[in-house]
Amino acid sequence: MTIEQLKNEEKLTLAVEGRIDTKTAPELEKTLQGVLDGIKELVFDFAKVSYISSAGLRVLMMAQNQMNQQGTMTILHANKDLMEIFDITGFTEILTIL
Amino acid sequence: MVKELDIAAVKDNLDAVLRFVEEQLENTGCSPKTQMQIELAVEEIFINIASYAYYPETGKAMIRMEIKPEQREVSIIFIDLGIPYNPLAKADPDVTLPFAQRKIGGLGIFLVKKNMDDIHYEYVNGSNVLTIIKKI
Repeated sequence: MTIEQLKNEEKLTLAVEGRIDTKTAPELEKTLQGVLDGIKELVFDFAKVSYISSAGLRVLMMAQNQMNQQGTMTILHANKDLMEIFDITGFTEILTIL
Repeated sequence: MVKELDIAAVKDNLDAVLRFVEEQLENTGCSPKTQMQIELAVEEIFINIASYAYYPETGKAMIRMEIKPEQREVSIIFIDLGIPYNPLAKADPDVTLPFAQRKIGGLGIFLVKKNMDDIHYEYVNGSNVLTIIKKI
């Protein structure tokens, strides 16, 4: 998994590529811990994410929890297999997934 | 065709476990989506065993994978000698709750149930035996 960060004032886009699984989710969590100060708009670009497991979903919940205190969070470009995981888990209702 | 993998149940072995599963699925004509669903189930179950079965010690997991081409079906059996634990006994999370009432985590086995066609658990001869079945 790789994470590319694009910061534009109070907006941060994290373009993630690869698999978000038990092995890689901690890296995403660690990245988030250091970059959300002063961010009002957090965007995950998942165009190149091929897989997500419960470990990744957990990190998204934590990120949403944080962003609820300070702004908005959006997930973009998830492929249809990922969308199915978001549907099954009710994430399409509780997160902003466009 | 039945293949077995006997491996230390530690998180670091996740990649090796997934490689084993991928190898068996090669040339089965299984769709990328089905493959992803199987990998997801395998990850969730293996990580559960690695995290809890022998805690605070570590132990082994045996993974027995059978492809039945005529039935277009794959079955994967996970066996560990850890504490007796039936992951299917736990209630499913309520995925209709609003964000504030949702728990962070606890979605792993739920995802397995939703993505597999059948799943069952038994405790036999001191072993946890969890079987998942998926049409391919």
